[in-house]
Amino acid sequence: MPKVNIKRKSTVLDMTAMVDVSFLLLTFFIMTTQFRSPEPIIVDTPSSISDTKVPDMDIMTISVDKEDKIYFTIDNPKYREALLDNMRTKYPQLQLNATQKKHFVYGSSVGSPINQLPSLLNNPPAEHSKIKQLGIPADSTNNELGNWIVQGRFANPKVRITVKADASAKYPTIKKVIKTLTERDINKFNLITDLEEKPKNL
Amino acid sequence: MADIEPSGGQEKGGKKRSKKMSTRIDFTPMVDLAFLLITFFMLTTTFAKPQAMEINMPEKEKPGDPDPPQVKASTVMTLLLGKDNKIVYYEGLPEEGANTKTEVTDFGANGIRKALIKKKQEVDAREDKKDKTLVLIKPSDASNYRNLVDSIDEMAITGIKRYAIIELQPVEKDLLKKAGY
Repeated sequence: MPKVNIKRKSTVLDMTAMVDVSFLLLTFFIMTTQFRSPEPIIVDTPSSISDTKVPDMDIMTISVDKEDKIYFTIDNPKYREALLDNMRTKYPQLQLNATQKKHFVYGSSVGSPINQLPSLLNNPPAEHSKIKQLGIPADSTNNELGNWIVQGRFANPKVRITVKADASAKYPTIKKVIKTLTERDINKFNLITDLEEKPKNL
Repeated sequence: MADIEPSGGQEKGGKKRSKKMSTRIDFTPMVDLAFLLITFFMLTTTFAKPQAMEINMPEKEKPGDPDPPQVKASTVMTLLLGKDNKIVYYEGLPEEGANTKTEVTDFGANGIRKALIKKKQEVDAREDKKDKTLVLIKPSDASNYRNLVDSIDEMAITGIKRYAIIELQPVEKDLLKKAGY
């Protein structure tokens, strides 16, 4: 029997095209990703048919978790620093060292009353989710939330105010937040919700 | 392409020949790394940005403000948000106090939405101008945030332009209690 010589094909692939595509994708994802410091709380927002997007920058978020605790944050470290300085003028008893300040400026939501803020800020922002916070007081006698909002607006006058509350948060807490806002003549604000499909056949 | 041209093969005059190295580079580790990074960035990217619903609250009342315009009672519908995701609603004013006729419904598609559409059609048919319907949303302390958002959402769905979020009055607390919510 004659030997049949099968012509061997080269096993080397030309990967150039794949590498091109993968780097293109890599570049795209690197460009579009924005990193946010992790939020210390999980808020499960209700859904609505509203499809207005939350703006990317200049936002102040008042969060209410399912235990009815109020948290406050403002984006951009630049404004957070100004906000903290404003709050320290407002509350002279709030003494913070450089590390605590840094933890606030590069952190996210805080939910502690002023007198407990220093001990919270001893920890880096990544640890804040593990610490039990009491929530920012918003009662009529001690309305620290109102001061946070006003000082936040001083720090960044362009700020848009958003309320992000958990679907199961009780109404009295929401009422306190809304009252705090309207008492300071803030009558226009946004509620953050998930998207829900608009019902048809009405 | 992936190959790099071997440079300067012939050396002039020199008899010595350097051994030619293969110019093919193994791309595998680079591709591995690239895909790892792609996976990482894909997973960390959040495309779905949260939605926002804009609400406007009425301005604080100041002394010296003109009296608010009178509204026809027949165009008004009041939703009392009670516990267990239920709505107690009535039309017009609570004239008969705690004996005002109320209905109980929920947030489903066949619940409050039907009642709102019916009310809107009635009012639109009766009034000379459109969008005269006024809905007052009054959340009780037993309701939660989802109820509030859902009721505002129902306004958007049914196309009711005029609505307000206000405090419960004592008589309405009685109405809720009477209805069992």
